[in-house]
Amino acid sequence: MVRLPYVTALTTLFSYGLLFAFGQLRDFFRKIIDWFKSTSKDLKGYAPICLGLEDFYTRRLYLRIQDCFSRPIASAPDAWFDVVERYSKDNNKTLHRTSKTSKCLNLGSYNYLGFAAADEYCTPRVIESLKKYSPSTCSIRVDGGTTDLHMELEFLVARFVGKPAAITFGMGYVTNSAIIPVLIGKGGLIISDSLNHNSIVNGARGSGAAVRVFQHNNAPHLEEVLREQIAEGQPRTHRPWKKIIVIVEGIYSMEGELCQLPEIIAVCKKYKVYTYLDEAHSIGAVGKSGKGVCELLGVDPADVDIMMGTFTKSFGSCGGYIAASKEIVQYLKHACPAQLYATSMSPPAVQQVISALKVILGEDGSSRGAQKLAQIRENSNFFRSELKKMGFEVLGDNDSPVMPIMLYNPAKIPAFSRDCLKQNVAVVTVAFPATPLLLARARICISAAHSREDLLKGLEVISKVGDLVGIKYFPAEPPKHGHQAHKKVE
Amino acid sequence: MASAVVNIATAALDWVAVAFDAPFAGAVVFGVHINGHLVAEVLLIAVILFQLTRKSYKPPKKPLTEKEIDDLCEEWVPEPLHPPITKEMKVEPPTIESAAGPHTIIEGKEVVNFASANYLGLIGNENIIDSCVASLEKYGVGSCSSRVFYGTTNDHIDCETRIAKFMSTPDSILYSYGISAIFSVIPAFCKKGDIIVADEGVHWGVQNGLHLSRSSVVYFKHNDMASLESTLEKLTNKQAEKVRRYIVVEALYQNSGQIAPLNSIVRLKEKYHFRVILEESHSFGVLGNTGRGLTEHYGIPIEKIDIITAGMGNALATDGGFCTGSARVVDHQRLNGSGYVFSASLPPYLANAAIAAVNYLEDNPSVLTVLRRNISLVWEGLSDVPGLIIASDPLSPIVILKLKNSTGSLKSDLELLNKIVERVLVEDSILIVSTKRSVLDKCRLPVGIRLFVSAGHNESDIKKVSESLRRVACENWPDIV
Repeated sequence: MVRLPYVTALTTLFSYGLLFAFGQLRDFFRKIIDWFKSTSKDLKGYAPICLGLEDFYTRRLYLRIQDCFSRPIASAPDAWFDVVERYSKDNNKTLHRTSKTSKCLNLGSYNYLGFAAADEYCTPRVIESLKKYSPSTCSIRVDGGTTDLHMELEFLVARFVGKPAAITFGMGYVTNSAIIPVLIGKGGLIISDSLNHNSIVNGARGSGAAVRVFQHNNAPHLEEVLREQIAEGQPRTHRPWKKIIVIVEGIYSMEGELCQLPEIIAVCKKYKVYTYLDEAHSIGAVGKSGKGVCELLGVDPADVDIMMGTFTKSFGSCGGYIAASKEIVQYLKHACPAQLYATSMSPPAVQQVISALKVILGEDGSSRGAQKLAQIRENSNFFRSELKKMGFEVLGDNDSPVMPIMLYNPAKIPAFSRDCLKQNVAVVTVAFPATPLLLARARICISAAHSREDLLKGLEVISKVGDLVGIKYFPAEPPKHGHQAHKKVE
Repeated sequence: MASAVVNIATAALDWVAVAFDAPFAGAVVFGVHINGHLVAEVLLIAVILFQLTRKSYKPPKKPLTEKEIDDLCEEWVPEPLHPPITKEMKVEPPTIESAAGPHTIIEGKEVVNFASANYLGLIGNENIIDSCVASLEKYGVGSCSSRVFYGTTNDHIDCETRIAKFMSTPDSILYSYGISAIFSVIPAFCKKGDIIVADEGVHWGVQNGLHLSRSSVVYFKHNDMASLESTLEKLTNKQAEKVRRYIVVEALYQNSGQIAPLNSIVRLKEKYHFRVILEESHSFGVLGNTGRGLTEHYGIPIEKIDIITAGMGNALATDGGFCTGSARVVDHQRLNGSGYVFSASLPPYLANAAIAAVNYLEDNPSVLTVLRRNISLVWEGLSDVPGLIIASDPLSPIVILKLKNSTGSLKSDLELLNKIVERVLVEDSILIVSTKRSVLDKCRLPVGIRLFVSAGHNESDIKKVSESLRRVACENWPDIV
């Protein structure tokens, strides 16, 4: 959990307050200037398309640091990539690309197993399938969009994850938004973790069921909420709930923490509620053979009712899947809107996942899969322990390839991001609204494609910039061997 | 009896009089004459104050004990996650073994394919495949990141600029999936308290967007301009300056094949001060002399339509979606479009395919003439099929045939149509499909058989499908000649 020192909280609040005050001042002057200019005839009688307050954050806060986000790249998002340089003539309002690029160390892309760039096993097969099937089927799955590749992928995914059957979709976000309304509707209850992803929140809202939240990763609090809700029943009528689903994620992408799966599953089994596990970041990245959080924490996949995941992060492709029992998958194929109204997954992307899965399972005839899995675990643990030794405040658990470094103050966000870029390290910084207002952070994603030298270079740059920006909130561990050598000399 | 009561009453009154004439009755305290009635008033006030200080009676609250909660949890029985599996749920769609072009292979046999929305025949186009191969070798398949965090490649920005140039708008924004474009755009611009007037025949993606926006949604009769006008009339009020109001329509409805009369809609929008959100998934690349969509078809300047969205999985034979409009509209979505910010970006090779497809369309507008000719041939061939009637617009590449006489329920209609479709596939090797409806879909338009006509079909394909449908329909309804 994050421990926010009082001084930091005060200074952060002060900074935001100052930014807010200046923003309001500029808005006030803007209103006066607009009042002097004649209002355009076209918009008479219409409300403004973006209301004042919605836009305030974008116009007055985000635009100042716009160059830290949406940086275009000119090569594959591998361990090292080319970031396009941009310039602005009007104080960051519009950014223009140049043709110059700078080669930077990539600490921001979700490339956990290194499949992002052209791979020696996957890419030839992907190109073959592109020539055979074309980039798209132009059809929904139930019409003419199911190719034999899609069927092969579904069998392979089910086998990999350890469930009887699976169903795939063309986009991970749509998987959550379109599946949850099919499984539960009015009269049902969804209990979701307080830090769940936006796609789950959208799916829960779209379903029409009641939604309650339990404290992040807190199994006793989940039990308390469950007992209260089952005893009370539906609001106002007090009829018993039709069904209850608990939704959790494998790795929370903003915290880097693993889910406390065994405790949560035990609670859910006791109270007969269904569990839905979103493994977007953990499938392929954790676990001895890459099978995700269930393998890492020793949970039997049969205990989780529905397992969801995406192919974007560890497999270098796009799309999502749901793995569950045969009956549920059959029902979803018949009723899910993403199968009935959305174009099926692009065939080359399907082939990429099939090849990546074969490499991970070792069925391509080499041991690259096992090497990649060992590499990412080693890299993550090494990087995290080194950062902690330097005195940074790093969140997350061991073995998780996502590590957020706390920044807190809004001014440190662009400072950290720009200084790292100057020294050729590309990092990702996140602030409000993806995280709570006071808890801005830089998020590092480690990949199996990073070598030890890459990591050391990254650590060196982050340490230098960290000193400059002042984010080493904890005391650094002094290097022990140097101190002893010094003593010996004396 | 009565006299006794009177006696007691007078005795009581005498006592009261005595009290009033008591020695203190004439006293003067603090300059106030204390008369008898003051005593009664003081006593009354004391009684009132006494009652006010009493707590009102509330029955004691008894929270459930732990044991009771345990019992309730034991007794509770949840419904199963899925309803019982019926026969229809077990039906598997046909598996395609080659590219989904006008001719494809199912179970080893060659089949004429009328089930792919491949309107310009771009599946299998060599240029597009070559540009995709170059992109795959450079970038790999996925972009591994959101657009906001290093998921933006030069190809994405080039694709957005190309589409904006093609549509003559200032800018456009790319989404990674066709259906996510519309259900991210609507909640970005419509919040609680705004008013949306939508056609009742819009597809599920639009319905989901409307639901997520939490605005008040009013539906008008499908493609009926009189119904739209009366709805707009009812909703006009003085709050126009504060409340945003939108009309949401599709250019070519995929549920019915009808084309929205954009000139009437623009006229109504200007009269009643609404904004228009136009969903052009099936009309982009199809309608208009050069394929620029419904605005070109009606000759309306594109600045009059506030927001246009489209999926690229149809005419452009790639995946993903885009939204275009004024610069303000597009910029707002870069932080507020949930499908843009919270999802990985479109794979770069698909963005390249989109650029190649738009270039092809701009260089070869004659492909639209071929498409239109094919559609009219299909109309000719299917105009006299017994038992079925064409329900879509003559310009629509989605040709929808619905039953002349419905059997009464949606379910039995679909069963009948599915039987016809299956026979056509098995006996004549032609793939056509029936309407698919999800349980979550609110649309109540009639179901039918759909044919997706492509510029890649040739005359013999169209003749085959007309003959086959006619034969199967005749055998199904032998009484109708």
